[in-house]
Amino acid sequence: MRFIDEFRDAELARAVVNRIHRRSNKHVRLMEFCGGHTVAIMKHGIRQLLPETVEMLSGPGCPVCVTANQDLDIAIALAREPGVIITTFGDMLKVPGSRSSLQRVRADSADVRVVYSTLDALQIARENPEKAVVFIGIGFETTAPTIAASILKAEEEGIRNYYVLSMNKLCPPVIKALLDCGEVKLDGLICPGHVSAIIGSHPWEFAARDYGISCVVSGFEPLDVLQSVEMLVDQLEKGEPRVEIAYRRGVRPEGNLRAQELMNAVFELSPANWRGIGMVPESGLRLRKEYERFDAELAFDIEPGPTLEHKGCLCGDILRGVRTPLDCKLFRTSCTPEHPVGPCMVSSEGSCASYFHYETA
Amino acid sequence: MCLAIPALVKSIEGNEAEAEIGGISRKISIILTPEARVGDYVLLHTGYAINVIDEEEAEETLKLFEEMASLEE
Ligand code: SF4
Repeated sequence: MRFIDEFRDAELARAVVNRIHRRSNKHVRLMEFCGGHTVAIMKHGIRQLLPETVEMLSGPGCPVCVTANQDLDIAIALAREPGVIITTFGDMLKVPGSRSSLQRVRADSADVRVVYSTLDALQIARENPEKAVVFIGIGFETTAPTIAASILKAEEEGIRNYYVLSMNKLCPPVIKALLDCGEVKLDGLICPGHVSAIIGSHPWEFAARDYGISCVVSGFEPLDVLQSVEMLVDQLEKGEPRVEIAYRRGVRPEGNLRAQELMNAVFELSPANWRGIGMVPESGLRLRKEYERFDAELAFDIEPGPTLEHKGCLCGDILRGVRTPLDCKLFRTSCTPEHPVGPCMVSSEGSCASYFHYETA
Repeated sequence: MCLAIPALVKSIEGNEAEAEIGGISRKISIILTPEARVGDYVLLHTGYAINVIDEEEAEETLKLFEEMASLEE
């Protein structure tokens, strides 16, 4: 496929790897924020190609993984409401909440449907006017504009039975929270390419300016990731932290202004609850007053019950970059993609699932 | 989850477009990329184009890789 195959060229990749080896002297710790990058790094064995001086950590950039049990419980309780059709991305289905999962309540006859897009969720709402159709709105800045677009479309068409459970989260504020807590020491950040396609590269400036962290916005093919590592190593060797875009074919410094406009029209900032990190101010999105009638949490009186955490699961620590899946006693034993204990094993982009599929050591 | 793949815009009607992804045709929304034109490649995320791919930038990035690689030899 064009714009993919060219960026998988093994020969060109080897040349970049060689340059990184020559250039790198200092020991540096780089975090790939995004689960999509974790998959690329694991799948193409990029960690093993890098010199010992370059340490790579995975970050909290997997929307399914960072959804707190408390929020999952609300989604699951909503699915149990009579007359409700839940529409969700497939990744959410198996994620265990405190006591159940969407998949399990579906087996118990709840109407839970996997959709590929909010466009499909809207279509289900059109076809089922007597039912309340709730879209489980998880995702980062990449997805939020598509949810905003669906609400604007429902408003325009007068679709009155469409609701969104808004659990959208924002990436720069959580990075700031991680840096403020100081638990994980970072030198460089591989910034998420498709989040940045929407927000641009400017929202990462604070990391370079206030925390001295080098930032490079990266694409998702192996050459993209290697190029980003090379740019980070180069910045760090020079001791000049700043924000650069490696993924220039997909990201402009100002981002996608139209998408930002739709997102801002429908949503406003709110605190959000991140698994393993807790409440982070202004890191979530809730519906503005004008669009409140689409808010599933307001439309239904939900009592999800007390929150329970998964015993022995280290997802929270892994999401903060302080442990790896190999530190978890349950990894590959009682926790597998077939029988996941925590969300990091469910989502294809979760660190535990990535390690399960690609880590042979 | 933030996966987005290149899709080639084949035809446009209002906010909707017909796009080809690896030989398969599907309807997508271009409400987030009103600047998309027939023949453009867009980044497709959950049925929505989230950006138009900048072909010149892509070529320049590749050219840079090739030049650097040839210096290695
Ligand atoms: S292996 Fe399973 S139990 Fe352990 S941290 Fe990962 S998801 Fe949680």
